[in-house]
Amino acid sequence: MRSAFIQTLEALADEDSRVCLIVGDLGYSVIERFAEAHPDQFVNAGVAEQNMIGLATGMALSGRIVFTYSIGNFATLRCLEQIRNDVCYHQANVKVVAVGGGLAYGSLGASHHATEDLAILRALPELTVVAPGDPVEARLATRALAEASGPAYLRLGKAGERVVHDDEPSFRIGKAITVRDGGDITLISTGSALPLTVDLAAHLARHGTSARVLSMHTISPLDKQAVIDAAVGTRLIVSLEEHSVVGGLGSAVAEVLAELPEPRARLRRIGLAHVFNRTVGSHEYLRSQHGFNLETVSEITDKLVEELNGVAR
Amino acid sequence: MIDRDMQAVGRDDYGNLPTALDDAQLRELARAIRVESVRMIHRARSSHLGSCLSMADIMAVLYGCIMRFRPADPTWADRDRLIVSKGHAAAATYATLAEAGFMPRKRLEEFGRDSSVFAGHVTHGVPGVEVSTGSLGHGLPIATGMALAARRSRAAWRVFAVLSDGELDEGSNWEAFMFAAHHGLDNLTAVIDYNGIQSLDTVEKTLRLEPLRAKLESFGWRVLDVDGHDVRALRQALDRATASTGRPTAVIARTIKGKGVRFMEGKVLWHYRPPDDAEMAAAVDELGAGE
Ligand SMILES: Cc1ncc(C[n+]2csc(CCOP(=O)(O)OP(=O)(O)O)c2C)c(N)n1
Ligand SMILES: [Mg+2]
Repeated sequence: MRSAFIQTLEALADEDSRVCLIVGDLGYSVIERFAEAHPDQFVNAGVAEQNMIGLATGMALSGRIVFTYSIGNFATLRCLEQIRNDVCYHQANVKVVAVGGGLAYGSLGASHHATEDLAILRALPELTVVAPGDPVEARLATRALAEASGPAYLRLGKAGERVVHDDEPSFRIGKAITVRDGGDITLISTGSALPLTVDLAAHLARHGTSARVLSMHTISPLDKQAVIDAAVGTRLIVSLEEHSVVGGLGSAVAEVLAELPEPRARLRRIGLAHVFNRTVGSHEYLRSQHGFNLETVSEITDKLVEELNGVAR
Repeated sequence: MIDRDMQAVGRDDYGNLPTALDDAQLRELARAIRVESVRMIHRARSSHLGSCLSMADIMAVLYGCIMRFRPADPTWADRDRLIVSKGHAAAATYATLAEAGFMPRKRLEEFGRDSSVFAGHVTHGVPGVEVSTGSLGHGLPIATGMALAARRSRAAWRVFAVLSDGELDEGSNWEAFMFAAHHGLDNLTAVIDYNGIQSLDTVEKTLRLEPLRAKLESFGWRVLDVDGHDVRALRQALDRATASTGRPTAVIARTIKGKGVRFMEGKVLWHYRPPDDAEMAAAVDELGAGE
């Protein structure tokens, strides 16, 4: 996703000299080409994220389209009030970009696990929050955000994520992508949960359950209509996110469902436990510690489907 | 070898080092920290080796002859506290704590493994670690709070923080510099690992720190400027720092990122790259494997 993002941004900067990149002393072996090709559109703010967001706001209010770039929580939580007051309140044209969403920086430890960012940023008014599901979506999201004026947060994975979309989907901010149609249940995924989600749908299909897959790349504003359609048209909604189960996609979906009249689909949220990781390991390892792998999530959904079928009979 | 040397001089009931190590022993301790850092980062295929090599001598002097601690009783109430604010230098920190006797050296093999407490950034839960860091600019404010607490309870223990130079970009450090001086916290010492390199480029090309000494002095700190690889100079500075009256002390330790392995010295690359097998062998060879 990192390469998809930076390559798209390089193209955007070629096309439009207003497009700028500010990094927080990060991006080794990623940002060099941008910096060399567009010296007037690039600056390293140093290890100073609060100042970085202030700078970005100032430049945006002076006519630039500014992308800020850092990793994990440094991009967001470290400078949260600057994002809220300076960027969002002023509707400044700043796109806050974080790499390493979720547990991507597994062994680096809790400081580097970005597992509450969606919950926190989704609470900010007027901030568009986007978590692409694969490199194709990352490319499309980067372009769409540059073209839409206003504050945004773009949550990326790290590198080497699986491509899910063989063909380029139509991409609109705030509109879920139907990756696969299905009538029994709906799987709603955001960000890096997408490959796992399509694998889960394939597993369910093998066992006779037809699952719709929605890539909910935009968490805020949420595509409520897609959730309502799923709640009315299918009997179970499962949300999947590499993020705490508190406050993220699952919560956003629950907020919509809770206000719908019965009968509606029930909801199961799948995500990361609401704890700090006190032991660490590889990305894979940590995901499996949270039960965030095909083995565990398919067990959960198989059981839920069994219950549904029991009720039907 | 370090372990045996330390036993030769005899530890007290708590396993504590009885008296300060001499210069040769400090150099040997620093060498052991470097070798262990190289091995750990090679094994874990992780990053920040340059950062670890840069601060090895500082850590050796702090644990070898300055700080008071009891390895067998890591939460001993009267211990001196060290906050490693440049938390990415975790390998060197863990290696130092093992060499100082907080845990068997063998435990360092857990670094980088699945289900390990030895995270890639300094993490409490590892014996001897006071607080977790990893997000830069957090250490000095916490150290300042500890120093204030010690002052308020008239305790004799002292607080040390090891900071990096790029880290000083963070405004939070300057808030703490101002606070500590305002409150006259002379039980606080900040050691700045001034290697002149940060994540993408040199400090000079990223955000100029100079004149650092004048900046710190104008914030009300006493400043000592030393060669950060000269254990004797470091010891003298830290001895003076802890005898301070009325003002906190900053020790500007002039260092070389990657110090001790020539092909790593002064190169941004080794902030990221883990050494491959051949590079590890060459690095250990140059550092001298000890016994
Ligand atoms: C708040 C924050 N922003 C960014 C980073 C990423 N990062 C890790 S090390 C580093 C800079 C390294 O340079 P320096 O601080 O001089 O440390 P050195 O390794 O040279 O001792 C950066 C920006 C971080 N750890 N924390
Ligand atoms: Mg440095």
